[in-house]
Amino acid sequence: MGLKYKHWEILEKNAGLLAVLIAVMVSFGGLAEILPLFNDAQTVKPAPGIKPYSALRLAGRDVYVREGCYQCHSQMIRTLSFETQRYGKFSTAGEYVYDRPFQWGSKRTGPDLARVGGKYSDEWQRAHLLAPRDLVPQSNMPGYPWLAEEKIDVADIKARMRALRWLGDPYTDVDMAGAEDAVQGKTELDALVAYLQGLGVTVIPPPIGESR
Amino acid sequence: MPNKEAYDDHVIRMFLMAAAIWGVIGMAIGVLAAAQLAWPALNFETSWLTFSRIRTNHTFGVIFAFGGSALMGTCYYIVQRTGHVRLALGKLALFTFWGWQAACFLAMATIPFGITQSKEYAEPEWFIDILIAAVWVAFGVVFFTTLARRRIKHIYVANWYYGALIIAVALLHIVNNLAIPVSLTKSYPIYSGALDAMVQWWYGHNAVAFFLTAGFLGMMYYFVPRQAQQPLWSYRFSIVNFWALISIYMWAGSHHLLYTALPDWVQSVGMVFSVVLVMPSMGSAANGLMTFNGSWDKLRTDPAAKFMIIALVFYAVSTLEGSSMAIKSINSLTHYTDWTIAHVHAGAIGWVAMITIGSLYAMAPRALDVPAMHSRPAMNLHFWLHTSGLLVYLLSMYAAGAMQGLMWRATNADGSLKYDFLSGLIATQPFYVTRFLGGVLVLSGMVVMAWNLWHTAADARMGDIKPILIPAPEAIPEPVPDQTPAPLPAKA
Repeated sequence: MGLKYKHWEILEKNAGLLAVLIAVMVSFGGLAEILPLFNDAQTVKPAPGIKPYSALRLAGRDVYVREGCYQCHSQMIRTLSFETQRYGKFSTAGEYVYDRPFQWGSKRTGPDLARVGGKYSDEWQRAHLLAPRDLVPQSNMPGYPWLAEEKIDVADIKARMRALRWLGDPYTDVDMAGAEDAVQGKTELDALVAYLQGLGVTVIPPPIGESR
Repeated sequence: MPNKEAYDDHVIRMFLMAAAIWGVIGMAIGVLAAAQLAWPALNFETSWLTFSRIRTNHTFGVIFAFGGSALMGTCYYIVQRTGHVRLALGKLALFTFWGWQAACFLAMATIPFGITQSKEYAEPEWFIDILIAAVWVAFGVVFFTTLARRRIKHIYVANWYYGALIIAVALLHIVNNLAIPVSLTKSYPIYSGALDAMVQWWYGHNAVAFFLTAGFLGMMYYFVPRQAQQPLWSYRFSIVNFWALISIYMWAGSHHLLYTALPDWVQSVGMVFSVVLVMPSMGSAANGLMTFNGSWDKLRTDPAAKFMIIALVFYAVSTLEGSSMAIKSINSLTHYTDWTIAHVHAGAIGWVAMITIGSLYAMAPRALDVPAMHSRPAMNLHFWLHTSGLLVYLLSMYAAGAMQGLMWRATNADGSLKYDFLSGLIATQPFYVTRFLGGVLVLSGMVVMAWNLWHTAADARMGDIKPILIPAPEAIPEPVPDQTPAPLPAKA
């Protein structure tokens, strides 16, 4: 060891210098891994056919987020053959650009939902959300009976769309104007079913000329 | 002339008690959540008691309320003792206590009612996030001001880890929680989709790295030599591990997103750095364990040391496992299964909780001005409840996780999938029951600790304790290059 103790002494006796060096050392990882993604077309550009959530589906998505569904259901089909066999085509980043927050999940106590849209009827989804074990006796999913009773707040959903537009989601004036009619009188259950039934139904063409 | 200045232990005693109470609350909610997975009728069709609402209350409660209170309390204790200085800015320190408790209470009271960002380990909504940020900055000000006023020139390594905890968590918390509020109870993150995923797991993984690792390593570096009554095995090694750990950890977050839609290059970078992390992780664990060389008899005689030694073993095991799980081919089996839950709890119940419990048992008598904990048999009982609960929990969840991973990928001779999803869930049910039993054991251990601390604090509650004086200033010998420690005195 050619390094003498003295070379490092200054670090071990100077609280300010220590703090600054810590801040520098912990910054590299995030800078290197996060910043490039802001300009990565694959990450930030919507896949063909992917549009901002309609008022009703947005309301449904926010119910999904509120109830914490991601704790048991992923929305991310990995690039593994046993995943694509079970759930459908693997997920691509362009499908998620309007997801705030992302809901890829980290645990599957229940199955993946990335392409669940259209897999079951609306009636099945409604009944299953209210009392899962009526349809799947061995399921351990909780029932969500209160969703059928709560109405969507029209003013609130418009405020949400305005906030998302401000963040850059391309809602048109027509989308904004139609929001009221779209959610008027609908329950949270209606909205959540609309959200689920739209998951993964847009056919994503395979990436062309991409090596990954 | 004796020094008249005393250590400020009042705020430490409060954090100590808060940690014990939050520990019981957080783990009790965990036990309820575990029971709900085994017996779904326990959701009671009540929104705020439903699994998906309360499971994040369990994680927030144990990580931030229990872990956070223990970290702040031990940090204030250690920075005073290793600097021979009274805690700076006493009122601000009190604010950090009440502010942290308020933030934890608000989070725990809002999450079950659906007021959540649904970003893992960053669930509280924007107004709580602002309070958390304010308290955290105040915590940093108290810590670094105390450090600046220290009388011992050399900054002991435990403080390095607490410093890294404070700086990195401030950075992570603020960047990850940037959001646009729509109303008091709802906000949208400024990031979306894959970018949000990367930011979230950069945060989520480093919440593990800095909250659950760096901070608790700080605890370890002070209380392990103290309890082993021997100097740290290698001081220089602890410093090398420090810089390696804090710089490498920050790159590893993307290993939570392997085989996903995150660009491949980020996945690969995360995987490589995760594997490199084996070195500082094993280094830190080895340094702590080797410190017990020559005093291994404490494993028989000292309950606090028992907790610390098993904690270090689990730190070594779970970090080695974590680096392995970050390898893509292994991750394809373990990801999304209960293996992840097993891994987290090997780290959380094995490492974090046990080093905390060991340190609290070591610190409490000193901070509460009594010669020892109220009941030594209760400490031993706690150790065995905790350790057996941990093993039952881990065996159940490892078995369940491996089984799920294998069932999901099993194919018939013609290449079609062998099992539908439901088969895996049905096969898991018995393991959910045994996991619940493991959780009950760990929780009852925490209740024993809370009872023991309550009685140990009997004098303190009556206000009948005298403050501990700071040692009189005296010349402290400068470290000598490449010094060899003097042999320990023979036992009396």
